[in-house]
Amino acid sequence: MIVELGHFALVLALFVAVVQTVLPMIGAQKGWPGWMAVAEPAAITQFLLVAFSFAALTYAFVTDDFSVLLVVDNSNTLKPMLYKVAGVWGNHEGSMLLWVLILSLFGACAAWFGGNLPPSLRARVLSVQALIGVAFYLFILFTSNPFWRVSNPPMNGFGMNPLLQDPGLAFHPPFLYLGYVGLSMSFSFAIAALIEGKVDAAWARWVRPWTLTAWMFLTVGIALGSLWAYYELGWGGFWFWDPTENASFMPWLIAAALLHSAIVVEKREALKAWTVLLAILAFGFSLIGTFIVRSGVITSVHAFATDPTRGVFILALIAVFMGAALTLFAIRAPALEAKGVFSTVSRETALVLNNVLLAVACFVVFIGTIWPLVAELAFNRKLSVGAPFFDMAFTPFMVALAVILPIGTLLPWKRGRLGRALRPLRGGAALALALGLLVYAMQSGHSALGPMGVALGVWLVAGSLTDLATRSGRGGVGARLGRIARLPRADWGRVTAHAGLGITFIGICGVMAWQVQDIRVAHFGHSFDVGGYNITLKDVHQVQGPNYTAQVADMPVTKDGEQIAVMHPSKRFYPVAGVPTTEAAIRPGFTHDLYLVLGDKQKRGGYAVRTYIKPFATWIWGGALIMAFGGLLSLTDRRYRIAAGERKAQTVSRPVPAE
Amino acid sequence: MKLIARLALILALLAPATAPLFLASPALAVQPDEMLKNPKLEARAEEISKGLRCLVCRNEDIDDSDAALAHDLRVLVRKLLVRGDTNQQVVNYIVARYGEYVLLKPNTKGANIILWGAAPAMLILGLAIALYTQRRRRRSGEDRSSLSAEEEKRLAEIMK
Repeated sequence: MIVELGHFALVLALFVAVVQTVLPMIGAQKGWPGWMAVAEPAAITQFLLVAFSFAALTYAFVTDDFSVLLVVDNSNTLKPMLYKVAGVWGNHEGSMLLWVLILSLFGACAAWFGGNLPPSLRARVLSVQALIGVAFYLFILFTSNPFWRVSNPPMNGFGMNPLLQDPGLAFHPPFLYLGYVGLSMSFSFAIAALIEGKVDAAWARWVRPWTLTAWMFLTVGIALGSLWAYYELGWGGFWFWDPTENASFMPWLIAAALLHSAIVVEKREALKAWTVLLAILAFGFSLIGTFIVRSGVITSVHAFATDPTRGVFILALIAVFMGAALTLFAIRAPALEAKGVFSTVSRETALVLNNVLLAVACFVVFIGTIWPLVAELAFNRKLSVGAPFFDMAFTPFMVALAVILPIGTLLPWKRGRLGRALRPLRGGAALALALGLLVYAMQSGHSALGPMGVALGVWLVAGSLTDLATRSGRGGVGARLGRIARLPRADWGRVTAHAGLGITFIGICGVMAWQVQDIRVAHFGHSFDVGGYNITLKDVHQVQGPNYTAQVADMPVTKDGEQIAVMHPSKRFYPVAGVPTTEAAIRPGFTHDLYLVLGDKQKRGGYAVRTYIKPFATWIWGGALIMAFGGLLSLTDRRYRIAAGERKAQTVSRPVPAE
Repeated sequence: MKLIARLALILALLAPATAPLFLASPALAVQPDEMLKNPKLEARAEEISKGLRCLVCRNEDIDDSDAALAHDLRVLVRKLLVRGDTNQQVVNYIVARYGEYVLLKPNTKGANIILWGAAPAMLILGLAIALYTQRRRRRSGEDRSSLSAEEEKRLAEIMK
């Protein structure tokens, strides 16, 4: 019964969304306040309905209701509770329901926090947001309904893919979707502004927090996914340039560009048309990502070939939304006149360069991802585009970006002098160069990657500190520190995020350049040396987990004669799914991780064992978290909080009875 | 709609993937008994392997995969290296038998020029557009800012 109510709530949400699309838009066009005012309660109602629908599906999963097809296919009574809940979105139908839940959540947030928006803009934003909702409700109800029942309920379900039974992956999709779908707000704002024909500093100030939120969640989501790949897939790779990864990386790159160009609109009223275009494209790439992942076009050809409706539906959605948005853009963009004028050497130019580099980098990822399809279709060639291509074609853009970044942050708006901006950076540049050379001299091989990564990383971190220092003004150390402490949080956010990027750079280059790998057959009681560690395979024994059996190894690790840890790499077998997984044992450290993998039992005794030293691996995700935290700092900047405060003041200032 | 459906179907059928990544069991890839005694040759084998795709997997090189085919390819690469082939000869040998699909880094022949040239072309185009618009903006901006509203009005009167 509850499942049917959830189904019904979803259908109701569709109708509410239709009303929310039509009435406020007409109201805004005609200037009827009553019709515009429909948007807010409708957005909140929509959210409550979808939330109920989602809760109903979760209830079915938690109570093991095997009369629901989705639960049968994706759950099992033996599964731990956390993964019963995570199982709700661990499949296509449920994840689409999560998609619309987050979509309606953002709509409701715009209704709650949008008090300072002009009524017509707010009505149009919520109308566009509801239109996206309509499309996706239809998609779910007609092609991916999670609420179908089965006529003969089985006693138990099939469980889910054991690889997904992991906390990292349980929380990865919600974060990723908060990012993907968050970009729908930027899109709605862009379309609303195009319809209104007005893009100004105030618009940029409204659109930026939404983009920032989406970008932050995307950053965390991508980092979680990469971390999961690192420890779960069993050889410590952290990024594979897989289409599903690229699907989330493309919107991230465009969102990063949008964040920066929105600043130019806000501060200088330039780059208006470009910013609107980026907002449209960012969501476009989110939709393309959804298509790549959800249509199954790349995951499983068979699934797509037997049932192409889903893929075709999303393709049609992309065609309609992007076609309409870009047409509107083509008509309206010429009217968006820029006010701010800037010279060739200025912060605006630096931000334009940032945008060009990020957009082209995104384009590289895009063309690399779809090229196998294009080559097959147009040139009848069956080929692959893998990591070596992306490493080669993508890296130069990131290097260029890192080189100009610190200089750009020190350039003044409007017009500046390159020499003056470079002067405070001399120390940082010297330090980066010296450390890069030192590392080059110390390493055993002749790889340029490691030293380059270190030099760029140090350059970025030092540049961020310089950025902070130049804003402290003159005077004694105390006065300057005081001024730094009082800097706006947006400044702190910028500095933090840029330093985080530098840390991630060091991590990525460190792991790729200096990884040590050792593959061998280990016999019981025998020890071997890898990277300064002495490792012994002491024992391998059976352990019974809740829904798996595991072979767990005891491997004491000594360094300089002292035992520092006993590590337990293991192999699991999930009987319900019939799939084995590898659970690597990782000893994370500041300068390197020790990574142990247990392999198969060998015919002539002993076990295959893989040992890796992963230099600076933790820096990759540490840097990403620092970047996201920088975004959070920027999001809590006074200029966004004040706008929210104003509204509160209005409601408080109603007549208060005198005491 | 039908056309889109057909197009999508073709896209799907031609998609270069046969097995999902997540279902490939993530156990050991390179086995100890496959490895060559000579560390130099082994290092070269690993370098070559990084550029070769496991044909039945999704986006995995043969070193990371534990499909039977990847195992055969790893053994083949090592056999050819022991025979004295150069890296390029090994790759050519494998491409001749399995097609260019096996290469993770596509070559630059034929239409692949588009793939490799797209990024530099876009970069130049992007920079050119940015430079052009900035120049134009500045010129028109300066023109406008050099006259005040009063002066504009007077100019309009004079020009009548």
